[in-house]
Amino acid sequence: MGPNLLRSAVVLEDQNSELITPIVHGGRLQQGMPRINITDGQISDIAAWLHNFNPIGKGVQFHEPINIVTGDAKAGEAYFQKTCGACHSATGDLAGIASRIAVPKMLQQTWLLPGAGSAHVPGLHVPPIGVTVTLANGKKVTGDLVSVSDFYVGMVTPGGEPRSFARDGDVPKVELHDPLAGHRELLPKYRDNDIHNVTAYLVTLK
Amino acid sequence: MKRSRSFVLAFFVLRMTTLSLAQASIPEQGLDPARILNPPDDAWLTYGGDYSGRRYSSLTHLNQSNVKNLSLAWATRVVVGPEGPPGTPPVIIGGTDKGADARFAVKIRGSLLQVNGILYVTSPDNAWALDARDGHEIWHYYWKVKGGTHTGNRGVGVWHNWVYIETPDNYLVCLDARTGKERWHKEIASFDLQYFSSMSPIVIGNHLIVGTGNDMDEPGLLKSFDPDTGDLQWTFYTVPMKKGNPGAETWPNIDAASHGGGNTWTPGSYDPETHLYIFGTGNPSPAFTSQTRPGDNLYTCALLAVNVDTGKMAWWFQTSPHDTHDYDSAQTPVLFDGEFNGKPRKMVGTLARNGFFFTLDRVTGEHLVTRKIADTVNWDMGIDKRGEPINDPAKDYAVGGALVSPSPLGITNWAPQSYDPQTKLFYVHTTETYTVAYLGTLDPRGSMGLTGVPSLSLGSVANRLLAVDYKTGKTVWNHRYPGVGGSDVQSDFPGLLATAGNLLFAPDPSGNLVAHDALNGKPLWHARIGGTNAPETYMLDEHQYVIEGAGDMVYAFVLN
Repeated sequence: MGPNLLRSAVVLEDQNSELITPIVHGGRLQQGMPRINITDGQISDIAAWLHNFNPIGKGVQFHEPINIVTGDAKAGEAYFQKTCGACHSATGDLAGIASRIAVPKMLQQTWLLPGAGSAHVPGLHVPPIGVTVTLANGKKVTGDLVSVSDFYVGMVTPGGEPRSFARDGDVPKVELHDPLAGHRELLPKYRDNDIHNVTAYLVTLK
Repeated sequence: MKRSRSFVLAFFVLRMTTLSLAQASIPEQGLDPARILNPPDDAWLTYGGDYSGRRYSSLTHLNQSNVKNLSLAWATRVVVGPEGPPGTPPVIIGGTDKGADARFAVKIRGSLLQVNGILYVTSPDNAWALDARDGHEIWHYYWKVKGGTHTGNRGVGVWHNWVYIETPDNYLVCLDARTGKERWHKEIASFDLQYFSSMSPIVIGNHLIVGTGNDMDEPGLLKSFDPDTGDLQWTFYTVPMKKGNPGAETWPNIDAASHGGGNTWTPGSYDPETHLYIFGTGNPSPAFTSQTRPGDNLYTCALLAVNVDTGKMAWWFQTSPHDTHDYDSAQTPVLFDGEFNGKPRKMVGTLARNGFFFTLDRVTGEHLVTRKIADTVNWDMGIDKRGEPINDPAKDYAVGGALVSPSPLGITNWAPQSYDPQTKLFYVHTTETYTVAYLGTLDPRGSMGLTGVPSLSLGSVANRLLAVDYKTGKTVWNHRYPGVGGSDVQSDFPGLLATAGNLLFAPDPSGNLVAHDALNGKPLWHARIGGTNAPETYMLDEHQYVIEGAGDMVYAFVLN
């Protein structure tokens, strides 16, 4: 078996058989490839066939314009009202969402879990996770969470002051207020059709 | 542990001491490979400490009653490249005539072998010998590299007076353990075919077992070299290479099979009684555009047992038949003995990247247990009669997106798991990740390797440390890390160590090295060092040490 031509630098750089033709005619005798006696036209046809493939490897992303909006917008609206309506509305916080996030794939990733993972929408405001620390004297300190572990909790208070506390088990008491908790809890519950339908609905909110 | 200020001071004092001792030499003792069969307490002789992959130490000097006294002994920063920091010995430079000076950031993501009081530390293109007593650098070897994936290096192998390291451009380099000078280097696989090598070479008798990675479409392979001469002893391919080879019937044709991946980028374990090297294989190729490779795609995403004397396969078990999510099964298998259904068994266990826990008979490969480790895992349609999960085609991808858990980075990844024969518990980190898998292309014919990654991550919703019953796969205790989840970056979870002191050392996602109660997961001690590899332990000068790498640092803690 010879080399994989789709991975060949010659094939990748060839435009109209100009690099392939001399190799076919001249061969690569030291590497075991004989001269092949076919016409330039035949080589051009073979080159065109090779270029017809779409060789893609690691680090190369697909950019094919595949429309991901496959759902039923009406069913999506019903699902949205039932599942999301307590926190969101099409005429309130999500009015014009399809104009603000015009790419349906980004819109879908964003409504599933805003700001998460590999989908980043410029200008998207994701509310921070809040934290309340109850000290031994009963005093509560609140702020936006910076970091939390079994041994530490760090925050920025509403006045912009960084505060941190050492933790030892449940002392002091630490409560997180996750504004996206509802989104996270829904992830295991969705069927893919639900997702497709909601996206089909949200893309109509121009 | 609250010692960050004193730690910084201690570091600089120690570093100054380092400079004055930089010319120390290594005693000429070497490592007889027979010692690895019964590893002493005062060394860490191979990737997992011993051959079992358990990451378990029988040391009890350090235990629940005194772990609070574990404190920093020394810390050393290693520096990549052809020029060491002031006061260190001249860097020994190797490489082929096509190599170049490529100074990738230090990533200590492998094991640190400790042999005769010397620690061997690696990062891609670099190996260092440090004095285990105070961390000072004895020698530094730097390989000028042609290129290749530099995601990590899993450590060295040691055989008598020789040290072995794999390079990202696929050379096996033999160094003098005493001086760091190169003795020879041999090509493992073709750089032009986009192989890269990161595995820790495993010394077994007079065999040196090496594997490779490849993110294009080349076949996975395992090779055995003569550790003295570097001569090739055998090659084992993880996918069928010729018509009629076993497993060929699980591919559409032999071309697809022989370009089908199944790479071997993480060290395996070894059973001295059966002479079986047991290891995991990576994803089939192309990873995501799977339309071109219908079938189970043997022996990708599988546990394999190969006889080290012959290079022949004894048994196999596929953890992800026809994988479509890049769920490499390349985590190091864990070998342990115990009771199963009232009878003694020799077993192998693993939590695979796909979210399923498996227990097998390691002599025969007989399936014993398969269990989903988390309710979030949703890519399967159940378990078949062989005990293997059944891939759900609806979750491969969808035009509108398929919500899949775990993400391609897995519920776990390469980081070493652990087993404690006292608690009879299997320990592992998990992160419950989600992704949306889209149809990437309407024309899959040219797809190779990790083509395009047509899925978009949603990150993780929970990070946990689990103790698992190998008899059932059920979770016995679960320590959920505080927070709401986060990224799906697996480098946050660099591996575990269990000890007979009823301690489980686990680096947490916030950068703390934590000692837990092995029976219930309660944290007992911690130090925030930002660890990037699995902790290890050994005795030295009658003190028990715990060491861990953290980026470009090596930290040694000691019980005084």
